Amino acid sequence: MTDTSPLVKATGIDVSLGGRTILDQVDLSVARGQIVTLIGPNGAGKTTLVRVMLGLIKPDAGRVERMRGITIGYMPQKLQVPENLPLTVQRFLKLASDREDAGGEQVIEELGISHLLRQPMQNLSGGEHQRVLLARALLREPDLLVLDEPVQGVDVTGQSELYALIGRIRDTYDCGVLMISHDLHLVMATTDDVLCLNGHVCCSGHPESVSRHPAYLELFGSKVADNLAVYTHHHDHAHDIHGNIIEKQEHDHG
Amino acid sequence: MDDFLVRALAAGIGVALVAAPLGVFVVWRRMAYFGDTLAHSALLGVALGFLLGISLNIAVISVSLLIAFLLLALQNRKQLATDTLLGILAHSALSVGLVVMAFQQDVRVDLMGYLFGDILAVTITDLLWVWGGGVVVLMALGLIWQQLLAITVHEELAQVEGVPVLRTRLLFMLMIAMVIAVSMKIVGVLLITSMMIIPAAAARRFSNTPEQMAFVAALIGILAVGLGLAGSWFQDTPAGPSIVVSAALLFLVVQLLPSRR
Repeated sequence: MTDTSPLVKATGIDVSLGGRTILDQVDLSVARGQIVTLIGPNGAGKTTLVRVMLGLIKPDAGRVERMRGITIGYMPQKLQVPENLPLTVQRFLKLASDREDAGGEQVIEELGISHLLRQPMQNLSGGEHQRVLLARALLREPDLLVLDEPVQGVDVTGQSELYALIGRIRDTYDCGVLMISHDLHLVMATTDDVLCLNGHVCCSGHPESVSRHPAYLELFGSKVADNLAVYTHHHDHAHDIHGNIIEKQEHDHG
Repeated sequence: MDDFLVRALAAGIGVALVAAPLGVFVVWRRMAYFGDTLAHSALLGVALGFLLGISLNIAVISVSLLIAFLLLALQNRKQLATDTLLGILAHSALSVGLVVMAFQQDVRVDLMGYLFGDILAVTITDLLWVWGGGVVVLMALGLIWQQLLAITVHEELAQVEGVPVLRTRLLFMLMIAMVIAVSMKIVGVLLITSMMIIPAAAARRFSNTPEQMAFVAALIGILAVGLGLAGSWFQDTPAGPSIVVSAALLFLVVQLLPSRR
């Protein structure tokens, strides 16, 4: 089943804007069934790299190869529906595709947003907003899911649930996932590969190894690295995506 | 009712019908000043039309598009903010238009008519332009409605989802240019944008969907045309400005209505 050739592959990407080098010789590829996470400080070029991968920006040097005929589901970092545009969640979701089949309902059910469908987009909370964006990306039945800071504006319990959900989505839809995150310790459990970016690729590889990599420690400091311990502990309960407690369910971060 | 009043009403309703659905997008996409700039440059189109002896409608559409492309080119240089560029383009085009007109001594141009409209002097030919052009624009808008809505919500997301962003934006600009060209004689270049924006803004409170807002905006626009022409008929006020005053009053009344929430 697993196709080893990458869905999208970038080699030697250089981007500079206004004389400032944003990306310097960056390589990145995502295969089907693989979750790749970009981490790095603000201004490290994470969003720029994602935009290059999506074909929204042309790099100054290097090339991006996307597999022919793949569908991409994209969740942008910031999406604000104009205040004066009356748009319900349902209508927003329909902008992505015209399908009205059961698969769509399954996505909506899975993300727990069926009760929001008739709400105006402007009324959503941070977590609801992110789940609706994710739903829009999923409704396209993507081969590749590109998520730019999917958990922003979501509270901490919601964050780990959302990451767990992204992991399940990868399994269910057998798609590749490329996402940007600030917090390595939260994505550790779900990600296969981490790319630590700061203009260039500082280090990359399996999350465990990246978290011990000298370049990572230098970039984020050992204090942040110590926080990685957070992800190995166990709860005696878990929270679902709404923050409700689910009792005594095995909840393994590692 | 007199013939000229019937023609005026028919022309005004035509303009209201086509200006409303474009107007809601102008409001959502924050392009009010852009529409204004195209409208101002329409006068340059009129002047060049007379100078070259070509159809004024064609001349106005061409000049509007030229100005739109000029704006895109200047925006790409990223040296000045868009509102500054629009200010430069709008007033330069308007002034160049006036200067070019002044050079044509042998042509008698009803300048006030082009600036503020002369709806009571609408001819059958004008009516055909308004309704013919209006139908074309509305049909084209219907075809790209979904895509235009998608890029209004988020341009890059729409692009990733396969919407031809540049083409859609260009088509939208072309439609605005066409509406300005055909409705110029009716409300005038200085007031056309108001027929797009005011009804759309007034319609917001009554709407739960994008289409509803366009529909309600059209109704409010038609009502404003009726009220304005009535005022003009009974009080002998200038027709074009009276229509805009009516629209503004309707907008105010809507704001004073108690909130539903």
